[in-house]
Amino acid sequence: MSEQLRAIGLVKTFTLHNQGGLRLPVLAGIDLAVAAGECVALHGPSGVGKSTLLRALYGNYLVTRGHILVRHDDQVIDVSTAPPHLVLEVRQRTMGFVSQFLRVIPRIATLDLVAEPLRRLGVDAAAARERAGRLLDRLAIPRRLWELPPANFSGGEQQRVNIARGLVAEYPILLLDEPTAALDSANRDAVAELIDAARRSGAAIIGIFHDRAVREAVGTRIVEIPSAGVVA
Amino acid sequence: MSELSLNDVGYDAEEPPLLQVSRLCKRFGPQIVCADVSFALWPGEVLGVVGESGSGKTTLLNCVSTRLEPDSGRIEFRLRDGRIAQLSEMSEPARRMLMRTDWGFVHQNPRDGLRLGLSAGANIGERLMEVGSRHYGEIRGAAADWLAKVEIEIDRIDDPPRVFSGGMQQRLQIARNLVSRPRIVLMDEPTGGLDVSVQARLLDLLRGLCTELGLAALVVTHDLGVARLLAHRLMVMQGGAIVEAGLTDQVLDDPQHPYTQLLVASMLQ
Repeated sequence: MSEQLRAIGLVKTFTLHNQGGLRLPVLAGIDLAVAAGECVALHGPSGVGKSTLLRALYGNYLVTRGHILVRHDDQVIDVSTAPPHLVLEVRQRTMGFVSQFLRVIPRIATLDLVAEPLRRLGVDAAAARERAGRLLDRLAIPRRLWELPPANFSGGEQQRVNIARGLVAEYPILLLDEPTAALDSANRDAVAELIDAARRSGAAIIGIFHDRAVREAVGTRIVEIPSAGVVA
Repeated sequence: MSELSLNDVGYDAEEPPLLQVSRLCKRFGPQIVCADVSFALWPGEVLGVVGESGSGKTTLLNCVSTRLEPDSGRIEFRLRDGRIAQLSEMSEPARRMLMRTDWGFVHQNPRDGLRLGLSAGANIGERLMEVGSRHYGEIRGAAADWLAKVEIEIDRIDDPPRVFSGGMQQRLQIARNLVSRPRIVLMDEPTGGLDVSVQARLLDLLRGLCTELGLAALVVTHDLGVARLLAHRLMVMQGGAIVEAGLTDQVLDDPQHPYTQLLVASMLQ
């Protein structure tokens, strides 16, 4: 299958100017390639930089050195050097990110929040809401909650809304940061099933799955993230 | 061609920006308020300008909108026919016409951008008449449409904004600015001075309108939460200079400059 994302020699060092210029090396030269239909589970102890890697791949963190190549339509984009508008375009059409926590937008109903990525792709409102609703049904979000903003939902409900929002547009590349952390076993299984379905229909997935059952259910390959060493 | 290679990296040429500001400088006496500021704004893009009070944000906005004359630097705007106009070289009437047709300016204080004695409908209609509309029925129809868009009850159309709440006044000011379909809108602290629930409503409205109309917007705010919700890109100003710029979430989540790190660390969670 064709490669969708390739990281070359990724280095990320944080410099904390307000703490005397403290330098925190987190990633020290990561190479990683992911093909369509693959789900790579990142592995390594807490604090080793797994989330940092995902955020760097998404362009949320600036890399100190290295390249992030992404197949975007028929072009190859280097996220580490692409102009901002192009990174936004890659996020809109090619690469989705599911973080651990939902960022609630005031006043926006759950159904619209989930439908929003489709609306941005030009899908009309009715069709987008219908697809969003199907996902919310599968994730067992009660219909009476759909018209409410998720600000007051439980942690598990918010996480499922977040997953629905991340999966609804069927991006060719998916980055998942602990998508099942706050879920009970039934919901966890439903999420694992959705992730696996996305992979089988051709998505290239990179994820952090602390839960072993989930990791075994969705992962096709495990990649160890080496420690960048002690704080300098 | 299944493996990705650095050699294949390439993208289509970018479309030209709508607004290009180059090396803009402005002093007030010995005080430098804009120090060599350069940036570009593309159609459909919301660019946020953040920084503490006195960092030069509002002066920059006022220079860009030609309400203040910069000491040096260029401000270029792409006209509807594709030609590039340098604002300082346009004749005064041509510039005023351009400001009325293609530009909008939303003031922090709605009283600076509205005519408080006129009715709400007339405030919206006036802008249309400035750009040549004469048909009373059409103007009133457009005013009614825009009141609905900004969520003001239609039966308030004949009331003067003097009797509106601050949030309603701000929404009316936005309607007055957008009714003539400008291509770029400059906003100075559009949610400043409003209480939080009213802010959320206004932000939601602005987000929707910018997307729907494909507007380019330059938004000055000191509120990083507002910037995160509204802006695609951010510029951080300190002492009149842009010290950092980038994608909004990148600047806020992985700030590089000491001042930006301080700003983000000081934010209430």
